[in-house]
Amino acid sequence: MSLLAVERIRAGYSEEVDILQGVSLQVEQGQIVAIIGPNGAGKSTLLKAIFGILRPKEGRVVFDGEDITGLPPETVVRKGMSYVPQVRNVFPSLTVQENLEMGAFIRRDGFFERIEEIYRMFPDLREKRHQKVGRLSGGQRQMVAMGRALMLDPKLLLLDEPSAGLAPAMVEMVFEKIREINRRGVAVLIVEQNAKEALKFSDHGYVLAMGRNALDGPGQELLRNEEVAKLYLGG
Amino acid sequence: MEWGGILAYLVSFAIMASIYAVFCLGLNVQWGYTGLFNIGIAGFFCLGAYTSALITTPKPTGVYAQYVKQLFGLGLPFPFGLLGAALICGLVAFLVGIPTLRLREDYLAIATIGIAETFRLIFNNEQWLANGPRGLMGLPQPLQGLVPPEYYNYLYLGIVFSVMWLIYLAIELAIRSPWGRVLKAIREDEISAAMSGKDVFRFKMQSLVLGSMIMGIGGALYAHYTKAISPDVFTPLYGTFIIWVMLMAGGSGNNRGAILGAFLVWGIWIGTKFLTDLLPYTMKARAPYIRFLIVGILLELILIYRPQGILGEEKRVSRFLED
Amino acid sequence: MLELFVYGIVLGSIIALGAIGLTLVYGILRFANFAHGELMTAGAYVALFFVGTLLPRLGIPNDPLSPFSFGWRMVVAFPLAMAAVAAVAVLLDRVLYRKLRQKGSTAVMMAMSALGASLILRMIVLILWGGDYRSFFPGVLRPAVELPLGIKVRPDQILILAVATVLVVLLHLFLHHTKIGKAMRATADNMELARISGIRTERIIVWTWVIGGCLAAAGGVLYGIDVQIHPGMGWNFLLPLFAAAILGGIGKVYGALIGGLVIGVLQQLSTAWLLPTYKPAVAFIGMIVILLLRPQGIFGGKD
Repeated sequence: MSLLAVERIRAGYSEEVDILQGVSLQVEQGQIVAIIGPNGAGKSTLLKAIFGILRPKEGRVVFDGEDITGLPPETVVRKGMSYVPQVRNVFPSLTVQENLEMGAFIRRDGFFERIEEIYRMFPDLREKRHQKVGRLSGGQRQMVAMGRALMLDPKLLLLDEPSAGLAPAMVEMVFEKIREINRRGVAVLIVEQNAKEALKFSDHGYVLAMGRNALDGPGQELLRNEEVAKLYLGG
Repeated sequence: MEWGGILAYLVSFAIMASIYAVFCLGLNVQWGYTGLFNIGIAGFFCLGAYTSALITTPKPTGVYAQYVKQLFGLGLPFPFGLLGAALICGLVAFLVGIPTLRLREDYLAIATIGIAETFRLIFNNEQWLANGPRGLMGLPQPLQGLVPPEYYNYLYLGIVFSVMWLIYLAIELAIRSPWGRVLKAIREDEISAAMSGKDVFRFKMQSLVLGSMIMGIGGALYAHYTKAISPDVFTPLYGTFIIWVMLMAGGSGNNRGAILGAFLVWGIWIGTKFLTDLLPYTMKARAPYIRFLIVGILLELILIYRPQGILGEEKRVSRFLED
Repeated sequence: MLELFVYGIVLGSIIALGAIGLTLVYGILRFANFAHGELMTAGAYVALFFVGTLLPRLGIPNDPLSPFSFGWRMVVAFPLAMAAVAAVAVLLDRVLYRKLRQKGSTAVMMAMSALGASLILRMIVLILWGGDYRSFFPGVLRPAVELPLGIKVRPDQILILAVATVLVVLLHLFLHHTKIGKAMRATADNMELARISGIRTERIIVWTWVIGGCLAAAGGVLYGIDVQIHPGMGWNFLLPLFAAAILGGIGKVYGALIGGLVIGVLQQLSTAWLLPTYKPAVAFIGMIVILLLRPQGIFGGKD
């Protein structure tokens, strides 16, 4: 049984217009799955529909054997899924430490151990723990954003364009962290504009175009695929 | 009560309702068509009434001047009063709009409250302006000699009605013009309208000024109906709040809604008087509060269950556009 | 002049209590609560009810605790009034604002509904108590104490400053050292991310109203102790409250505190030249000036 099964989701931001026209995908335990495709294909919308920020009009989302279609974010996060939005993904007037505390808001126990683990994973954050996140650099903010999402030990992490707006050196670091997170057993569903880099470390990839599934396959295969290379990987 | 009495009562009702309808039409231009949240209607009500009063009464002289103080008094006929009220209100709206129109809607709202309060305070405390708290009395009525006094109200109703319909027609024409379409675009999505090159500020200002001029006319009509005005008439309750309830009830964005709402809510207001007349003697002093409480609850019900009002927004903006 | 300044600080601390609540509500619920002044009125009148009607029946004595003008009844009534107004604020949210929130109403519609709520609250006070000015303790003498530099202050006023300070300190501890307080700050920063983190934002909203209501009630009662109470006092506070909140930067608690003090001082200083009834107009002019010069307020950054 897949960790996450998304079946024929139809969703949009308004009554009249559908962004997603029936999209399906699967994520197995411990996998990294990438969603790539042109702008406007509905990649971010898909994550929002899975996490409950957007209610699907049709289709199902099954997580860990449970039907979570249309449940609100506050509930989905309690089931073991975490989400890092593309923009506005930190609390700028709170400190690093406080951001992480908010990530662990619903955690009943094991807080101190967990926050130590997160600081071990992101050592830069430890020395800046009492700084307001709004003052940190883009790369550091992305670290905080991911750290916040990890405070609950999720089984699946949804990432929306984590490398957006970052300098190349930072992008490298972000992807390295994602690999590290995955090595610890967290499945990752990542939407990325930087398709080449994402497919390099993904177990599986889905290409979305115009709100539909266009293509999917193991990450390495998609990388070698000529059509994909031409359209999405910049040649 | 014989027919004559009932008819006279209805005429009074219709005059007040029509005056309030004028205010609703003015507010509709600002809020219904442009999205300006003006909670300072009472300020323009006050200003319009006083301006017309000062223009149409002569400056007190001799013994009289000891009791009544006015800044000026021109003693001109009624139409000048209306005109003056409209112009002064338009000018003040313009001045007020310069610092406030670029603000966010809720900041604009607070600014309009401040303006209305400031006007009321000035008129109340500066005796030299318009006799302070005692106000002005004996305001002249247009065409006074034409009919016997007991039938005068019918004449005045005719005047008020005509003014109201003229304003209605003028706004209907304006709204269906290219100017009106831009207003609608601004209200729907200000950012897009700005990006397509429209000077949003100028349109908002024009709407603010036009609406305020209409409100000034309403104030003048009121002053010459009641023949006496003082600052405590133009409270936020009678001068702003009730007008909002009228427009929301009738349908904002709809001129017929504005008129309907005015008549309907004024009717409800008068109706509550009959209710509170049934109260025991000890509660009589609380009657106005109970009535306003009912009106307040009415507004909340409208906002929750039917925010578009009875008639809702007008569908067509241009007669050249077929849906 | 210096004396006016001191009175301004006293008045300003009362305004600050209201403005802090207002700015908290604005930062988290994102609408202008035009009924906030009426929450202050409600606090004053609930306290009046306890002090004048209920507590005497329970046999609590009223002898003034010198050097103040109030006795044990007020000490008991004060927290009760805060609790009552907190309940009123939460009730208003439940019955009105939450319904509009669920319908996705715009900020303007919510502000309009707050305007209606302010009317309803004021009318209820008028129906129950009538329109007269009232004193908590009629006939009690309130001698002034002389401070250095020849400033005369009443002990009541010093207490008002002390109480306001204590409340602000408590609020700071709450917002920075408790989980719910941090969650409130997080929700004010980014409500969607708060929900994504699992924070139940409806609960945070209830807390916001509780705190806003408590602070507003405190301000109303303190004002009544200092001066008098009347049903229109909330409306008169509306302009100063908003001016203070805007001056400090909407959503910034410390901004509202400073804004309140500044507006209070401005208002009191203005009485050297203008009639006291013009005080709301002074606050209004101050607000316009800020909006022209620096609309985001002292502490406000980019939105």
